[in-house]
Amino acid sequence: MGNIIRLQPPLKDEQVKALKAGDRVLITGTIYTGRDAAHKRLVDLLDKGEKLPIPLDGQVIYFVGPAPAKPGNAIGSAGPTTSYRMDPYSPRLLAEGLKGMIGKGGRSPEVKAAIKKYHGIYFAAVGGAGALLAQRIKKAEIVAYEDLGPEAIRRLEVENFPVVVVNDIYGNDLYEQGVAAYRRS
Amino acid sequence: MREVNVEQITRTIADLCMNANYFLGDDMLAALEKAVAAEESPTGRTILEQLQENATIAATDRVPICQDTGLAVIFLELGQDLHIIGGDLEAAINEGVRQGYEEGYLRKSSCHPFTRKNIGDNTPAIVHCRIVPGEQLKITIAPKGGGSENMSKVVMLKPADGIAGIKKQVVEWVEQAGGNPCPPTIVGVGIGGTFERAALLAKESLLRKVGSRNPDPELDQLEKELLEEINNLGIGPQGLGGRVTSFAVHVKMLPCHIASLPLAINIQCHAARHKEAVL
Repeated sequence: MGNIIRLQPPLKDEQVKALKAGDRVLITGTIYTGRDAAHKRLVDLLDKGEKLPIPLDGQVIYFVGPAPAKPGNAIGSAGPTTSYRMDPYSPRLLAEGLKGMIGKGGRSPEVKAAIKKYHGIYFAAVGGAGALLAQRIKKAEIVAYEDLGPEAIRRLEVENFPVVVVNDIYGNDLYEQGVAAYRRS
Repeated sequence: MREVNVEQITRTIADLCMNANYFLGDDMLAALEKAVAAEESPTGRTILEQLQENATIAATDRVPICQDTGLAVIFLELGQDLHIIGGDLEAAINEGVRQGYEEGYLRKSSCHPFTRKNIGDNTPAIVHCRIVPGEQLKITIAPKGGGSENMSKVVMLKPADGIAGIKKQVVEWVEQAGGNPCPPTIVGVGIGGTFERAALLAKESLLRKVGSRNPDPELDQLEKELLEEINNLGIGPQGLGGRVTSFAVHVKMLPCHIASLPLAINIQCHAARHKEAVL
């Protein structure tokens, strides 16, 4: 793996340009949660030309549906969900200014193309490490779609949230490159 | 005739839901330890160590190992000489799931297939019941997350495809799934029976302890060969490349129709959770 880089959203173009697949990144600051149902609603609003309940410009969306918080905790277990289900929506959000996405698993050619075109970045967090990742989330507040339960959009305050760059603006893909390095035919 | 009250079943299910989601089994902890030693990729090793730390945090703080606390898949082995009293068995099971997921701060993941509206209490449980000799009730709960369940399939092969065809299907499918089902995984394989029985065989195979041998020498050999081929794919922990793509392959097999060769592949993520109780 490459260097450890510290980032605080909103992300600027220069920051995204400096990131390469394999870089380990620690995110501190505000990120938003969103998964299947919330993505659909956001894109439906964009189609209707209506205002979104969260800002997109330079922001980072974390694909997660957390477990309920136990009393005294900011949030329940909160690891990434599989990203390909957000593929139909992500290019549209990137076009509208979204910069970062955190999930797990590979993305479609359309998402990778949108990452290059709009200067976005796709990070992976460790799937199934929900208890560990929740410790890096200091505050969680529902900001939209409360009726969706675990799928509601939350604003999270994170501290040193560990992710790795998978798809950068140069067309690199850590899944493809990492697997090729260890494949035995 | 021995009697068990449904209230006791409800309480047992509620406790099992919580325990299964907080405490990773000893077999899985041992499998993680072994994987750390075997993994050549530094990234892969880091991920495996995070999963070990995650399991410790979950058990210590009694929080879910993974936020996807699954649909509640429940296997019952109901003794034919046992009498269930006090109410409806299926309603009692669903009440146990309702209580366990609420009290345990577990995520409720069941929703309407079209509107996607959350049902709110993680019911209905997915119940599989076998009637067995005796007067006991064995309850096994295996919460199953969506990420790995989505990377599963049933395929009706031609008899001519044989073992070679089965191996090709399994390895290609695991390769296609890549990092999506949260590797390292356990690959459950059901062979034979009918369309739906093959799927159930694959799911049941996931309950076997990781590291245990298949009692059928032919299937034991098949499991070894499949595991080697899968781990040669290079997918590795979380799909970021490495030696350990799967901890184990588990195969269950039954006779099938002379015209058929059903094959089911049910992938289990590294959060392989199941707990059981006998009443």
